[in-house]
Amino acid sequence: MFELLGIPPQALFGQIMLGLINGAFYAMLSLGLAVIFGLLNIINFAHGALYMVGAFTAWFLLQYLGIGYWGALLLAPILVGAFGVVIERTMLRHLYKLDHLYGLLLTFGLALVIQGLFQNKFGSSGQPYAIPSVLQGGQNLGFMFFPNYRAWVVVASLGMCLATWYVIERTKLGSYLRAATENPTLVQAFGINVPRMIMLTYGFGVGLAAFAGVLAAPIYQVSPLMGADLIIVVFAVVVIGGMGSILGSIITGFTLGIVEGLTKVFYPEASNIVIFVIMAIVLLLKPAGLFGRTA
Amino acid sequence: MAAARDIAEPKGRMAGAAGAIPRHHYAAFAVMVALLLVAPLFVYPIFLMKVLCFALFASAFNLLIGYVGLVSFGHAAFFGGAAYITGHTAKVWGFPPELAILAGTAAAALLGLGFGLLAIRRQGIYFAMITLALAQMIFFVSLQAPFTGGEDGIQAVPRGVMFGFLDLGDIETLYFVVLAIFLGGFLLIYRIIHSPFGHVLRAIRENEPRAVSLGYKVDHYKLLAFVLSAALAGLAGGTKTIVFQLASLTDVHWTMSGEVILMTLLGGLGTVFGPAVGALVLVSLQNYLAQIGSWVTVVQGTIFVICVLTFRRGIIGELGRLLKRSL
Repeated sequence: MFELLGIPPQALFGQIMLGLINGAFYAMLSLGLAVIFGLLNIINFAHGALYMVGAFTAWFLLQYLGIGYWGALLLAPILVGAFGVVIERTMLRHLYKLDHLYGLLLTFGLALVIQGLFQNKFGSSGQPYAIPSVLQGGQNLGFMFFPNYRAWVVVASLGMCLATWYVIERTKLGSYLRAATENPTLVQAFGINVPRMIMLTYGFGVGLAAFAGVLAAPIYQVSPLMGADLIIVVFAVVVIGGMGSILGSIITGFTLGIVEGLTKVFYPEASNIVIFVIMAIVLLLKPAGLFGRTA
Repeated sequence: MAAARDIAEPKGRMAGAAGAIPRHHYAAFAVMVALLLVAPLFVYPIFLMKVLCFALFASAFNLLIGYVGLVSFGHAAFFGGAAYITGHTAKVWGFPPELAILAGTAAAALLGLGFGLLAIRRQGIYFAMITLALAQMIFFVSLQAPFTGGEDGIQAVPRGVMFGFLDLGDIETLYFVVLAIFLGGFLLIYRIIHSPFGHVLRAIRENEPRAVSLGYKVDHYKLLAFVLSAALAGLAGGTKTIVFQLASLTDVHWTMSGEVILMTLLGGLGTVFGPAVGALVLVSLQNYLAQIGSWVTVVQGTIFVICVLTFRRGIIGELGRLLKRSL
């Protein structure tokens, strides 16, 4: 049995894998935040709460309608996305002319309401959600055991992130979206329905959070506060990466997840704060963020 | 930031020229002091002291959001950080209460300097996210550091004897000491926002590039305002520890940052008396709603949503508009 820097390889690769999984969630959530911010100029504080709602939707679908994992993976983002559209129509759109601050405060309030309601119903304890049968078990890679479901999470989130990148950077629809980010008035003058685009963008961003929530359901327990602390780390990820670049948020998300995993191996006491420390260092060296444009 | 402008003060009544204090502020202040002097005859004093601590906390926060237009989502770090330092110095090092509170305030100011130096490097929405993330870091440090007592917090902090002759074990004495601290902090904040320094802060809020082009070192002004706000939030946190004899993780948690924002928003961003009124309303609400447990979060969230959508001026802002005075 060989060792690396005094750490048994199982522990090392195990933590790297966990970090990769966390990174997948950071990437998906920060991507959603970036997409929403690009068009709406709002930081969606409710993102963590809606990620939790996504996980709970999967649980509800199974519990009450007998719809399993794969159905939930499709349905939950659509349902939560529709909920997002309602939020955008009834509340957020009244704030576009105001300062960014109000969008943040409103979505913060929404996050409190949503989390509070779920806490009343379910307390703080988690609901178990089984791994779909196809993905149970794992591969023995010789140096470590890699559960199939975790591999699937990494693949699915990478696929989702790259698909989002492709749509925004390489398609006609994406070009409208980018144009509207730069100058909504002009794009509207060309006959494109910008308000509807904004609405759907919010719905999509929120749906992405729900998708991440369903992916997370079998790994973490489905609990009302699962998104609350996560969203703060994702904010730090967003600050580190900067919201200017889609690929930037994906890379930053995965990298920071792995860095966090490595910290758990070498200096576990700091694993909770390592991302915040990195944020502070990046702010000192490159205030606009690694991939950001100066605001 | 443009937003604070619409809500801060009714047009045409910008708190007068530098230095000139409008007469109705004297009147409102006198009413407030009179109410606070007789209040302990009718209301449970511990409750009042809680209100006063949070009123000071919210007023300190308002200095930043209301007058510089900077949204800090991390003020719990200063409030809670000071609470821990005050608790530790009073309990373990045996500091008298005045020194313990001072130590807490100084620690909060230092922390504010660190946060400020990092956070003012980015603007707008990033500022909020950075302060939130840094405060979360302080939360985790508080959770793990040896002297904070982890989940238990620092309990049974002695109230002690202030200046060698004010026995804070006596509730009445404690109340008047807390009242004096609140009024001192309140007047200091009032002085800051009506000083030439405060006017520059408002200029930055209204139009930052313009302030830069006029030759002001905007970053220095922002940083000083941030440190002052952090120190005063620390003063509130340290005082709270002496009153409740407890410093705990609740004080540094992000929900505390959210609460102080809500108090300020509800009372009125950029108003002199608003944050104190917001603190009164919210602390009362928490007291009444204590029985219904986690519904408190739902109620607070709902108030947030309602305030942002339909009540952006806040209680005192609306009142000021009705009276055509800036309060």
